Amino acid sequence: MSSAPLLEVKDLRVEFPTRRGTLVAVDGLSFTIAPGEILGVVGESGAGKSLTGMAIIGLLEPPGRIAAGEIRLECERIDNLPAERLRRIRGRRIGAIFQDPLTSLNPLYTIGDQLVETILTHLDVGRDEARSRALRLLAEVGIPAPEARIGHYPHQFSGGMRQRVVIALALCAEPRLIVADEPTTALDVSIQAQIIALLKRLARDHGTAVMLITHDMGVIAETADRVAVMYAGRLAELGPVREVIHEPRHPYTSGLMGSIPKLGAVKRHDRLVQIDGAMPRLNAIPAGCAFNPRCPKRFGRCTAERPEPLPVGNALASCWLYADGPR
Amino acid sequence: MPTDPANRALVRLLDVGRDFDVSRPWLNRVLEGAPRQLLRAVDGVSLEVRRGETLALVGESGCGKSTVARLIVGLYALSHGRIEFDGTDLAAPDTDAAALRRRMQMIFQDPYASLNPRWRVRDIVAEPIRVLRLAATPEAERERVAQLLRQVGLAPEDGEKFPHEFSGGQRQRISIARALSGNPEFLVCDEPTSALDVSVQAQILNLMAELQERLGLTYLFISHNLAVVAHIADRVGVMYLGRVVELAEAQQLFAAPRHPYTRMLMDAIPDLQMTGKARTPVAGEVPNPLAPPAGCAFHPRCPHANDRCRAERPALLGPSTGAVACHAVQEKRI
Repeated sequence: MSSAPLLEVKDLRVEFPTRRGTLVAVDGLSFTIAPGEILGVVGESGAGKSLTGMAIIGLLEPPGRIAAGEIRLECERIDNLPAERLRRIRGRRIGAIFQDPLTSLNPLYTIGDQLVETILTHLDVGRDEARSRALRLLAEVGIPAPEARIGHYPHQFSGGMRQRVVIALALCAEPRLIVADEPTTALDVSIQAQIIALLKRLARDHGTAVMLITHDMGVIAETADRVAVMYAGRLAELGPVREVIHEPRHPYTSGLMGSIPKLGAVKRHDRLVQIDGAMPRLNAIPAGCAFNPRCPKRFGRCTAERPEPLPVGNALASCWLYADGPR
Repeated sequence: MPTDPANRALVRLLDVGRDFDVSRPWLNRVLEGAPRQLLRAVDGVSLEVRRGETLALVGESGCGKSTVARLIVGLYALSHGRIEFDGTDLAAPDTDAAALRRRMQMIFQDPYASLNPRWRVRDIVAEPIRVLRLAATPEAERERVAQLLRQVGLAPEDGEKFPHEFSGGQRQRISIARALSGNPEFLVCDEPTSALDVSVQAQILNLMAELQERLGLTYLFISHNLAVVAHIADRVGVMYLGRVVELAEAQQLFAAPRHPYTRMLMDAIPDLQMTGKARTPVAGEVPNPLAPPAGCAFHPRCPHANDRCRAERPALLGPSTGAVACHAVQEKRI
C-alpha cells in the first residue's frame, strides 16, 4: 500500500475487569484501513468484532476499557483523548452505523431535525445551508421525495428506509471513516442488497474508508476489499477478500467457509463441514492458539505457544502451519 | 390420490387464510369513526407436506410463513379454509384434534426464549413424556430422557443443568430433544437456525438431517435464508404477502426459478463464490399488508407487470413439481 493508512490499529487490547478476574475481549489486534478502502471484519458472536468497532469510535461501555495498544486516525492517536475531544472527532471524522436503525434514531424528533442538528454541530454552516445539505443527503442515500419525507418521524419509515436515514446521519459531516456494525443484519435480503450497493457507492464516490463489521461472509464477499477474520478476540486471518474466500489459510477460516450453506454448490443432504464444539468463553481461552481444541490440524506447538500473524501469500494467518514461511 | 401410502400427504392445507384484527381500540372507533381493520396475514394457501419429506417455506419478513407454521400446530385458529392431518380435518367436530396434534411438534427460532430458565433440562425434555403419559415408571422416563439427550449430541449428565449453562447451539439441541420426546412424526421448525452462528448452524442442520433419516420424520421448515433452504429442503414454497407464489422441487426451483419474485430473491443473495456475475438491482420494498396492491401483490416491484397483473390475481398453476402464480409465466411472456 503506497498511501499512509487512514486508520491504524496496533496491538489493541480491550479488557473487562470483573469480580472473578479480568476478561480479555480483544487481544493483540492489529490492522490498517486505507482511504477509500472497505475492510470487512467477520467472526461469530463473542469474537470481539463489535468491541473493536466500539473501541475505535470511543464508545466502549465501562467497565470495558482499552488496556493496551494504539488507535491512530490519520496518524493522530485517538485512543487516549479526553472525552470531549473524542466527541468532536466522532461524528466529524468518524461516522457510525449500527445494526438496529430504530434505536439509532430519536423517535421524538423528525429526521430533518436530527440531520440538521448533526450538521450544525459538526460543520460551520447556517441553518438554511444545513437543511439543503440534509435534503441532498437524503436524496443521495435513495429516499424518494426527500422534500416530503424530511418532516417525518422515524416510525413513519420502513426498516430499509430507516437504515438509509441512519447512513445519511453518519455521512452528515463527511467523515473520513465509517464504522458500520452489522448494518444489514436486521434487514431482509432484498433490502440488504440495496444497502450494500449504497455503502459501496458512497465509499467509492467520497473516498470514505469503511470498517464493515458483520457475521455474514456473503456480505463481505460482495462489499469488502480486504477481510479480517476474528476468533476469540484475536486475529485469525487478514487478507484480500478473494484470497481469504477461495483459499482460506487458517483452519478456522476454512471451517467457517465450509459450514456456510451455499446455493447450487451443495447437493441436498450432503453434510455441511462442521467445526465441532464452540468458541471458548472469555474466561476459558485455551493456552497457545485459541482455536487449538477445535482444530483438525493441531500439533504440539499449537497448545504451547500463541501464534503471531504470519505472512502467507498476500495474507496474514495466525497459525503455526505457516511458521516456516509460505507453503 | 396416489395409491402408494408412503407418498400420501401427511399434512394438507386447503385454501387456508388467517386474518388479524388490527383495528384501533373500541373507544377510538366510536369517537373518531375509525373503521375496523383486518390484516390478512395468510391468504388462500393450499399445499401439502408429504410423508418423509422436508417442505420449506421461504420469504421475507411479514410474508406469512411463520403464521402458516402456527396455524398448522394450532397456535392460531384458522380464519378460512381447512387443514388435514393424515387425511383427517383437524377442525371437524368429530375429530380428536388433541390426539392428532400429539403427532406434531414445533421447534422455535429463539433458543433463549423457548426454554423455561427455572427448569432443569431433564424436566424440560421430560415434559411431553409426562403430559402424554409415555413412560410407565420414573426409571423408564429417566432412561428415555438420557436416550433423547444422547440422540441430539448432549450427555445424559447435562439433564441436571439449567438452560443458562448452555450456548445457543446446545439450547437448540435441547429444544429438538424436547420436540422429539413425544415421538412425533411431523416437526414444524420455525427458523430453527436463524439465531445461531454459521458454524453452529451447520451442526444443527446436520443433526436435523440425521434425525430425519433415522426416525423417518417429516419437516416443515420455515426460513428466510434461501441457501439454508437449498441445503435442507426437498420442495420449496416461496411466499409473498401472505400467498404462495411458487411451489416447486428444490432442485428445479434453484436451477430455474420462474416467478419474478423468486428470481429477485435469488439475485439479492450475496454471491459468496465471487463469480462477479451481474445482478439485477432490486427495486422497492414489500408493500403495506394493510393495503395490499390489487391483482398480483408483487406487481409494483415486478419488471414484467402489465394491465392484467394490476387487475387480476394470478392463481398458483402447474404440476406439483413446479407450480407458479404469475400471469407473465402462464402467458409465456417470461
